[in-house]
Amino acid sequence: MLSVNFEIAKTHLLAKPKQTLIAMLGVTFGIGMYILMISFMQGFNEFLQDTLLSSTPDVRLYNDIKTDFTHSILDEISDTSKVLNVVHHPKPKDITPNIKSSALIIGDLKKDDRVIAVSPILSTQVFYVSGPVQINGTLSGVNILEESQLTGLNSKMKTGKIENLLTIDNGILMGHGLANKLNVRVGDIVTLATPTGNSMRFRIVGTFQFGVGSLDNIKCYVNLSKVQQLLGKDNQYVTDIGIKLKDYDLATDISKEFAGRYGYKADDWKTTNASAMVSILIRNVMTFVVSFTLLVVAGFGIYNIMSMTIQNKLKDIAILKAQGFSSSDVRQIFLTQSVTIGVFGALTGLLLGFIMSSGVYNLPFPKNDFISITHFPVVFHTKHYLFGMGFGVITTFIAGLMPSIKAGKIDPVAILRG
Amino acid sequence: METVLKTIKLNKSFYEPEEFRVLKDVSFEIEKGEFVSIVGKSGCGKSTLLYLISTLDTDYTGEIFINQKKVTGLSQNELARFRNEHIGFVFQFHFLLPEFTALQNVMIPSQKLGKYSKSESEDRAYEKLKWLDMQNFASKLSSKLSGGQQQRVAIARALINDPTIIMGDEPTGNLDSTNSEIVFDILKDLARTKGQTIITVTHDPEFAQKTDRIIEMKDGEIVKG
Repeated sequence: MLSVNFEIAKTHLLAKPKQTLIAMLGVTFGIGMYILMISFMQGFNEFLQDTLLSSTPDVRLYNDIKTDFTHSILDEISDTSKVLNVVHHPKPKDITPNIKSSALIIGDLKKDDRVIAVSPILSTQVFYVSGPVQINGTLSGVNILEESQLTGLNSKMKTGKIENLLTIDNGILMGHGLANKLNVRVGDIVTLATPTGNSMRFRIVGTFQFGVGSLDNIKCYVNLSKVQQLLGKDNQYVTDIGIKLKDYDLATDISKEFAGRYGYKADDWKTTNASAMVSILIRNVMTFVVSFTLLVVAGFGIYNIMSMTIQNKLKDIAILKAQGFSSSDVRQIFLTQSVTIGVFGALTGLLLGFIMSSGVYNLPFPKNDFISITHFPVVFHTKHYLFGMGFGVITTFIAGLMPSIKAGKIDPVAILRG
Repeated sequence: METVLKTIKLNKSFYEPEEFRVLKDVSFEIEKGEFVSIVGKSGCGKSTLLYLISTLDTDYTGEIFINQKKVTGLSQNELARFRNEHIGFVFQFHFLLPEFTALQNVMIPSQKLGKYSKSESEDRAYEKLKWLDMQNFASKLSSKLSGGQQQRVAIARALINDPTIIMGDEPTGNLDSTNSEIVFDILKDLARTKGQTIITVTHDPEFAQKTDRIIEMKDGEIVKG
């Protein structure tokens, strides 16, 4: 059975359907826009994380070569407090940018139980030559199965399979954009030339698409041994070690630990994608600021309408109090109205948000070279809907609270005596 | 006879716009089943007195007993509960809730009391309306009723919880003579046949003359009755 307070609240709401509806629509639009914005922004963020971030390893270990002339080996053997060592016209020695004793490091990393996968990588600049066309790009020599664990290359294949690299001698996996530029497809032969003048012919066994132009238009994968062969290096020669962690949120700390342990530079994925991380943060902040503003505006609408309603119902409040309704009963009556507006407004808002999000989801995304998606990225997360609901109800509760408390405090004698 | 209302030295002052002592040591008793009217010129404190004894106004000194229970000093919530059970109101400007039907208006205090189920409350409310010959208007919105009809619904509402006392603030003040007579007869009948205690404030001498007892007030004091 409904309590009498609730029945009175219900009657009040239904007595002025237009006013109730308008108050509700304020919340509906607020919540609807919140859902649309958060779904779209979050969708875009997740898309970015999925493409940009998944194509970089959680931690990348590499040899960071600097031409640093601030220290000299002379400083180590002479007393620098008495002697000033000056070296004129220093010239950097030609050193190889590889990771020394890579096999040991990889073996050690594989024993670490925070690590899921380790992939040795040998990257080099190459020219892709197909007939008259020459395109500059990067070639990565990898153990393809390990690399696939890091980047999910497996699922990014447009044509062919990654396993083809293992079965076909001199196979190459090529970025989809690059293959288009060279006008080649699976089965065709391309020639790769290194800056040092070596060249080698490869047969395309598959094309991949990360959805990011900076990768799809320049990158190719071949077996590690082929790049070592192309560069004339031994079979221990690798330039990078990519590491996938169980919990990528720990990447920052772990990368520091690895850098200290192995003596090479280690970048975590947040550092590698710093600009993307900043834009994600900005989008998140913007989404919350705009949604919050919308809901606060809706809250003020409710505050206004509740204040007006209570002003119009002074007599009714007085008579209710005379008949034995306490201050808390009166408060409850008006707060119930406000929260009811909030609940129904939020529910219709969620529906509106869902419909609008679905609409945006079905919009075609303008075609461009850098991002390969066909429609706007939109996510449908239950937690966004729960949050929208909660926020809508709480806002209307707070907006209704002040007028309701005021209503509870009304002195019936002053009203009844006129 | 049983005393249902007793006041001891009620004093009240207003401080705005300037200090004014509106009630001076007002003490009186009312027996069960009495139909009392409080009369006096406007400003003599009769309405103020009514709101004190109806427990709506708690800003006074002195003591009030209703049904042998001391109501002075009870909390607002306790007083609300007490009013709900023991006091019925009939005001000059009918004061029905306009969004509700006549029947709902009568039912609300009963539902608040919570002594009866909803259907029992409904039956009781319908009975009261029937007794006042208003049963045909039960399902009408109260804002669609005439003044006299509204006042009869208000009386039914005042009766719904079988209160100890019915308090009326100029219950006929806003009605034409025909309706005034009807309302008076109803109140009179209540006191006669049902032993209902009724206290009304009025400045209608004709109305007052016909009641059992007249309490006349002047400058905050009871001068007669």
